[in-house]
Amino acid sequence: MNKQELILKLKAIIKPYTTNTEAFDNLTEETDFINDLNINSANLVDIVLDIEETFDVVIDNVDMERMLDVKTAVAIIETKLAAK
Amino acid sequence: MELQNIIAQLPYTPPFLFVDELLHVDENGISGTYTFQEDLAFYKGHFKDNPVTPGVILTETMAQIGMVCLGIYLLGNELKKDTVVAFTSADMQFLKPVYPNEKVTVSSKKLFFRFGKLKCEAIMKNEAGQEVCKGTIAGMITTKL
Repeated sequence: MNKQELILKLKAIIKPYTTNTEAFDNLTEETDFINDLNINSANLVDIVLDIEETFDVVIDNVDMERMLDVKTAVAIIETKLAAK
Repeated sequence: MELQNIIAQLPYTPPFLFVDELLHVDENGISGTYTFQEDLAFYKGHFKDNPVTPGVILTETMAQIGMVCLGIYLLGNELKKDTVVAFTSADMQFLKPVYPNEKVTVSSKKLFFRFGKLKCEAIMKNEAGQEVCKGTIAGMITTKL
């Protein structure tokens, strides 16, 4: 899976949890989940659980705390997939 | 953890404490009761001359017993002074009215507790054993939001 495919999958996961459609439509690697997409900490947990299911990976507490923007989320998922 | 000890650690006080007694708790779920005394203030206004327990109060009762009490148990010794509770979502069905002086029993099953988020499936029954309210509730029980 290349990075573009990964971001597309991630976007599909994020969609139900964001209320800011403009920021979602213009999503880039720099997009911040909390500040740009208006996602709260409870929905961020749901996103991480969906990431675990979709990519069949396990996210730990340290990764969870770093998972605040698209760029870091993609990097964490890529690392987990490479380690499989 | 003793059941009474869980109630003592709740961050609520009357008139917004909706837990009387806990019946059982384990890693997977909890049950407890509350009696809606007729002198509760909201009955004066909901509704005029026709007191019925508001759905938001039923939801709050489900959350206090089914989610917050369970969360306190699950956190155990990790519960700290700066632990905060935030109700983050509810999807509830109200099946029967609950009138003043009715005693209800809430039972809740943990769906997951990860990264500080506790999500539960809860049911409230009246004294006749009929379901009055059911749904899923979720909240954050954590030292950081």
